[in-house]
Amino acid sequence: MAVTTAAPAASDEKELLISGSEAVAEALALADIDVVTAYPIRPYDTVMQAIAKKIANGQLVAEYIVAEGEHSQFEIVKHASTVGARVFCGSSGVGWAYAMECLVVTPPLRVPMLALVGNRALDDPGAFGVEHNDALFVRDLGWMLCWIDSSQEALDTTLIGYRVAEDRRVFLPLALSADGAFLTHSQALTLVPPREKVDRFLPRYDRGDLLLHPDNPITVAPQANEDWVIEIRRQNDEAMKRAYGVIEEAYADFRRVFGRGPENPWFEEYMTDDAEVILVGMGTISLPIKVGIRNMRARGKKVGLVRLRWFRPFPTERLVAALSGARAIGVIDRDYSFGSPFASGVVANEVRAAMYNAERRPPLLSFISGLGGREVTLEDVDKAADMCFAAAASGKSDTKTHWLGVRE
Amino acid sequence: MADATTFTNATQILEPFRGIKRVTIEEYFTSGHRTCQGCESALVMKLMVKAAGPRTIVLGSTGCMYVANTTYYTTPWVVPWMHTQLGSSGSAALGTAAGLKSLMRKGKMKAEPINVIAFCGDGGGADMGIGAISATLTHKEYNSLILLYDNESYANTDIQLSGLTPYGAHTTFSPPGKVHRLIHRRWKKNMAGMMAAGHPECRYVATVCASYAVEMMNKVRRALTIGGPTFIHSLDPCPKGWDYDPMLSHEMGELAIETGLFPLYEVEDGVVKYYGKTKALVDGRPRKPVREYLLKQGRFAHFTEEDLAHFQSKVDEMWQQWEIPAVVPFRRVDATKAALDVK
Ligand SMILES: Cc1ncc(C[n+]2csc(CCOP(=O)(O)OP(=O)(O)O)c2C)c(N)n1
Ligand code: SF4
Ligand SMILES: [Mg+2]
Repeated sequence: MAVTTAAPAASDEKELLISGSEAVAEALALADIDVVTAYPIRPYDTVMQAIAKKIANGQLVAEYIVAEGEHSQFEIVKHASTVGARVFCGSSGVGWAYAMECLVVTPPLRVPMLALVGNRALDDPGAFGVEHNDALFVRDLGWMLCWIDSSQEALDTTLIGYRVAEDRRVFLPLALSADGAFLTHSQALTLVPPREKVDRFLPRYDRGDLLLHPDNPITVAPQANEDWVIEIRRQNDEAMKRAYGVIEEAYADFRRVFGRGPENPWFEEYMTDDAEVILVGMGTISLPIKVGIRNMRARGKKVGLVRLRWFRPFPTERLVAALSGARAIGVIDRDYSFGSPFASGVVANEVRAAMYNAERRPPLLSFISGLGGREVTLEDVDKAADMCFAAAASGKSDTKTHWLGVRE
Repeated sequence: MADATTFTNATQILEPFRGIKRVTIEEYFTSGHRTCQGCESALVMKLMVKAAGPRTIVLGSTGCMYVANTTYYTTPWVVPWMHTQLGSSGSAALGTAAGLKSLMRKGKMKAEPINVIAFCGDGGGADMGIGAISATLTHKEYNSLILLYDNESYANTDIQLSGLTPYGAHTTFSPPGKVHRLIHRRWKKNMAGMMAAGHPECRYVATVCASYAVEMMNKVRRALTIGGPTFIHSLDPCPKGWDYDPMLSHEMGELAIETGLFPLYEVEDGVVKYYGKTKALVDGRPRKPVREYLLKQGRFAHFTEEDLAHFQSKVDEMWQQWEIPAVVPFRRVDATKAALDVK
């Protein structure tokens, strides 16, 4: 499949040199969010700095609340959403962990909150760099999870995110993950559409019969116990399943209104058409992998990349279709899952699970790399690809998980 | 925000009820709950929302007033009600008020003053949620009331001690034993005084007890009318946790006031005003001995004379040495000096 590139700037879009966090803030102003809560932790906090400026300059009218901790930060917007406000929040690393109780209750309350996770290594020891374990905390809980790798994608996916989350068929929160520093802080030219175009794409948030208001005197989340909890879990499950169709619709509509955006919402495919080895990863790891692929192709090695955007809901069928044709698959995780099957990262085991029922199962290798923000080098990418070629030749999966770029 | 005093800051003007016969007849908390017989906290819920009226949103923290009080399919709430997490009453009040305000000021919702009340227990409020409550009390542009119903234990989880459990009380986490008679030896936090003293822009803090129902409702009405974030601490006798005959809840509340253990007052714009029997105590009426109150409750049945004397001396301190009797625990300058002179 072809490489996706942004279409040339439509005349009505501004082009700005902005970071991933600033791009999200641009989208939030366009989406006219109503309540936003902040608490400092690097690297996600750059988005709150950008929002604060917008509010100070009158480019966004919203209740802007600096909370006294992440627990309150997430609870405040959760409650604001139940009275009909469009809300935004976010965190990183241990900050996201501090909000965990609130992250747990948000999906079953069917609160369509949008949160930016500036992915960061968890303590201890302290480290500012990227790891995906923070956002992955919520992978089983009803949060939609999406990884982005450019400022443009940050802006676009924020708008798409509200459209999907606030769709009555879904009503689930979305965590938008941006790699700390590599995306939150790195600037790139970004197209910023005009408000009226956004208004055509993104309807107002309508909480409908779930609105908490004296005109609609409902009781929300009464004690249910074994009488009802399993049915409520099942409803969440259905909402997540419906999200597949809603996401497809939203991307199609986005392309119609803005004239850009990927055809395949779920993942980016880079030089996979004829690839013998396909590497799989999430986030800005795409950059060194793409450069590595170009170098390897110059040497005659047919390597491609699948960069997963949507992790929840997980694009099982499409991913299986995209990977089945390869001679070997190499999944590079920027996370860890100690004690998991094969001691692999989270993504590798998800891909393994997805491939289990596939007609054709190429050998799959699992790699862990770039933890704590360590650079993923071209040598790392080469090494991973070479091991995949060896597995392709032998036709056997290697059950060991390989750590790349580690002092042993 | 800069435009702090827009129409969206308006509150409902709730005049005080002038006597029990003038109280409105409508109920907004009705049948459906399953709290213990004699549960004073359930009465507090009823009076609280009766005082607030129909244009009110109530947020309730985890605890008895959620688990025993608000069950799926049998909700007693006539007004909109939502659960919030154990430590989240402050954030629930703030978030709800901020959401309403934002939508109204941006013209996305019809502008009208809607009361926002978040309640919490002593565990949820004075322990876990104190940080969030404190933060909310600094956000003067959002109107809300946080009501702490204090049954003096983590009651819903089987009566465990909290930061508001009285000294020495028997709870499931502080059982009297052969070696240690008193496991719980911390003095109760001075919650209302702390909230009033610590948040200079919070315009209204009060203590209430449902034994004095009209006064209680009027304080709720004042808190909602005055605007900004406000705080009320309600002392709620709990027959299960305190271990007394359920028919005595009302009397138990009266005794807590008459012994001077729990003072009834309000702090409006920094001015302290005592109420009812507490006022009489300030004016010199003798306090009843605390033993009259303590020995009526099973949770103090293990107390010795020594324990009773210690308890009494701590209450005496509240009245004789505190800068503002029973409200602010700073010592009067002369008392501080006297204490220093002794050393
Ligand atoms: C974060 C968290 N920790 C613990 C609990 C367990 N829990 C449920 S109700 C409750 C008691 C709360 O006590 P209090 O706030 O005093 O209310 P009460 O039950 O006395 O009415 C506790 C500890 C919980 N729900 N959430
Ligand atoms: S334990 Fe106490 S507070 Fe809880 S329902 Fe029973 S009487 Fe009420
Ligand atoms: Mg309690």
